[in-house]
Amino acid sequence: MAEVTMTVNGKTVTKSVKGNTLMTEFLRDELRLTGTHVGCDTSQCGACNIHVDGKLVKACTMFAGEADGARIATIEGQADADGTLNAIQAAFQEYHGLQCGFCTPGMVMAAAALLKDNPKPSEAEVRHHLEGNICRCTGYHNIVRAILAASGQDVPAVAAE
Amino acid sequence: MPKDHGIGASQKRREDVRFLTGAGNYTDDINVYNQAYVYFLRSDVAHAKIKAVDTQAAAAMPGVVRIFTGKDFEGIGGLPCGWQVTDKNGEVMKEPPHPVLAQGKVRHVGDPIAAVVADSLEEARNAAEAIELDLEELPPVVDMKAALQPGATKVHDDIADNLCYDWQFGSETGDVDAAFAGAAHVTTLELVNNRLVANPMEPRVAVGEYSRADDMSTLYTTSQNPHVIRLLMGAFVLGIPEHKLRVVAPDVGGGFGTKIFHYAEEAFCTFAARQLNRPVKWTSSRTEAFMSDAHGRDHVTKIELALDADNNFVGLRTDTYANMGAYLSTFASSVPTWLHGTLMAGNYRTPAVQVNVKAVFTNTVPVDAYRGAGRPEATYQLERIIDKAARELNVDPIKLRRQNFITSFPYATPVAVEYDTGDYVATMDKMEELMDIPGFAARRAESEAKGKLRGLGVNCFIEACGIAPSNLVGQLGARAGLYDAATVRVNATGSISVLVGAHSHGQGHETVFPQVVAEMLGIDESMIDIVHGDTSKIPFGMGTYGSRSLAVCGSAMVRATEKIINKAKKIAAHLLEASEADIELKDGQFSVAGTDKSVAWGDVTLAAYVPHNYPLEDIEPGLEETAFYDPANFTYPAGAYACEVEVDPETGAVTIEKFVSADDFGNVINPMIVEGQVHGGIAQGIGQALLENCAYDENGQLLSASYMDYAMPRADNLPHLANYIVDHSCQTPCTHNPLGVKGCGEAGAIGSPPTVVNAVIDALRSGGHNVEHIDMPVSPSRVWAAMQS
Ligand code: FES
Ligand code: FES
Repeated sequence: MAEVTMTVNGKTVTKSVKGNTLMTEFLRDELRLTGTHVGCDTSQCGACNIHVDGKLVKACTMFAGEADGARIATIEGQADADGTLNAIQAAFQEYHGLQCGFCTPGMVMAAAALLKDNPKPSEAEVRHHLEGNICRCTGYHNIVRAILAASGQDVPAVAAE
Repeated sequence: MPKDHGIGASQKRREDVRFLTGAGNYTDDINVYNQAYVYFLRSDVAHAKIKAVDTQAAAAMPGVVRIFTGKDFEGIGGLPCGWQVTDKNGEVMKEPPHPVLAQGKVRHVGDPIAAVVADSLEEARNAAEAIELDLEELPPVVDMKAALQPGATKVHDDIADNLCYDWQFGSETGDVDAAFAGAAHVTTLELVNNRLVANPMEPRVAVGEYSRADDMSTLYTTSQNPHVIRLLMGAFVLGIPEHKLRVVAPDVGGGFGTKIFHYAEEAFCTFAARQLNRPVKWTSSRTEAFMSDAHGRDHVTKIELALDADNNFVGLRTDTYANMGAYLSTFASSVPTWLHGTLMAGNYRTPAVQVNVKAVFTNTVPVDAYRGAGRPEATYQLERIIDKAARELNVDPIKLRRQNFITSFPYATPVAVEYDTGDYVATMDKMEELMDIPGFAARRAESEAKGKLRGLGVNCFIEACGIAPSNLVGQLGARAGLYDAATVRVNATGSISVLVGAHSHGQGHETVFPQVVAEMLGIDESMIDIVHGDTSKIPFGMGTYGSRSLAVCGSAMVRATEKIINKAKKIAAHLLEASEADIELKDGQFSVAGTDKSVAWGDVTLAAYVPHNYPLEDIEPGLEETAFYDPANFTYPAGAYACEVEVDPETGAVTIEKFVSADDFGNVINPMIVEGQVHGGIAQGIGQALLENCAYDENGQLLSASYMDYAMPRADNLPHLANYIVDHSCQTPCTHNPLGVKGCGEAGAIGSPPTVVNAVIDALRSGGHNVEHIDMPVSPSRVWAAMQS
């Protein structure tokens, strides 16, 4: 057991963890932040996406111990304190970018990382960026539209390019 | 102007807010005080005799609570099959026992041998490694045709030929033979409908809980139909009466059929929680899901189509081998028979249609319903052979289809169903218009200029949804009714809880169902909430599958709401001192026809619960009504799909360049959600056509047990926004349910695989390759090999 300290969605947390505790287990079981999901065991689905110091990371590929000192953001911290959805979340609702919702936290976190680096992505760039995220419900169509809309672009215009 | 509320409005989903903020409550998010964890030790061989399972050392490991083996389940019921098929000789199907934990033998990779319950998952897993297994490997049967050979290894000792049933259906053999004998042309095709894994993104989870004080068991589970699980597990497996068993399916992360079935792990967690008087939780890993979730499809078929000299279809005959896997999963037997044979007429007037199906046991994971369940298999055969016939006869494939369309309704097919309504010409017209078929030649030329081959594929399909009525399906062997139920509970101040037997795991019921009730009552949707997924709250329900939620459960909800309106009118008549016959309900106001006297919805509901001024001598206080609805027939959505692909002749890679679906779902309650369902179905269909394949080697080893080996469609594999149109403007309302809805959940998965394969074949032939057929998935290596031959 080792003690780790990190900020999670702006709050400082200190916990002792075992060396083999995955970040997904730490968030879900220790912090009860169950919005980070586990959809696979081969780091392929992206349901567990979080941000570590602003970078997109699959939480299932990381030990909690490695997050010592890091700034962690999860899906639970994306909306405003009063519950107002952020632009990406709102666009997912507006464009029906989710069905069962299981892949959704990972999609939202992936989209946020994309738009931070590339505020006006093309459709092809959005699709390419989602390479690490699997959604079984939506066929991605409305996810792609939602992300383009969240970037402030005119969706039909981008699609026509 | 599109509507902004009620029926027909693309209402944004209210459930989205919790999913978008991480506040969903999926089964794995549920943790019960003092829970233990179970890890299943599963067979890593396809077929073996279990000589010994020595748990002594493992049981002494830290944290272990108890280790269970097959012996603990002797005398306890196995997992039941919900549909008894009678074969062509009048014999009932072979129904081998399906124990919760393997007894005597293991029969597929993943078959659970022992279950280790421990304080933590890690301790359970470590102890499982210390179990000493003595397995005597037996030769496996993997290939269906080999399984039927005399002398083949038996999957079950008392089923000599590994045959579950040999089923024949449709027209008499003499009639079909005569049709073929008199035909001007016969087209034959052999094809494989590839084995798939449904892969909802949420793996299965079960949490069993027991309260000794009141002898109450609770199971939280990832299910599409909690009441069905309560019935099957309670009555057939564990012998727990319904009032002592609560099954909860909270937020469920996708189902696609594979979460219909009753699984061993659910029974185990419920059983073990009772034995140990302690909650027991199981969470599937993805690898475990690949070897324990029921698989889908896996049919091998020979199909023959007979045409007369004028290209009219005169006869159709199919011979299918359907893989059951090692045991019969809950609805496995119904998929290749009643859900497949009844669809074999498709959209066409073929007078003689006969379907033959041999269902075969093999040493593989059980196979059961997956999105479409039988209907994609039927459509694929039919629409592939029509394309081949068109080529052989040198006629346009669209023209050949149109010429043979059923055009008058109702229409009774030779395969026992009666289509109530439809308009296949309208969907074909719509598809042709949206696809810009005349522009194809120019698009092909453009592709060719880039060194690519371009092909156009079309497809028509019909499906049967909302399977019913119960008395008929009972005659066909169903061991359950196929009605559904809803309770409309109006509260004193006028807000409403609607308790529905359907279960939403992505379909948006929480948004759509209130749209209907709000429209009927003329009140705001925000006053209405849906309650689903908990047997302790909902009267009953058969759950969600087969695109049945609105058509069946929605109909029950309409009936219950009608009862509410009737009673509320009586109350309003009393309050307004008018005759009940004169009361009208509009925009949430009850008024007396022809007067300005009215009373608001909320006044009536309050009177029902505070009955001071109330006709107590005539009606009871309160305002709550339940309806059970048993449909008179299936519903028959239909559509016409088209796609264009590009094939790279250098690599064999196929890309979808353009895709159009023109569906007839009858009336549409929420277009946004309907389109989302179609997108998802098409993605799964394109996945089947191009990417997905569940493969076994000859030793019965599962080769595709993770996302490294099983290719799931990704965002890059699907058509681009501008070249993708999902249309549902052709609407022939269902004639026998109150909403006129037909169901939209499976259409995409049914309509798209043959569309894609037809397009690939067309592309290859345009490049001078004499290719008739490529089995799915039409992967680059298969396409490349076909081009070389
Ligand atoms: S759970 Fe992390 S990528 Fe699938
Ligand atoms: S919404 Fe269900 S997996 Fe994406």
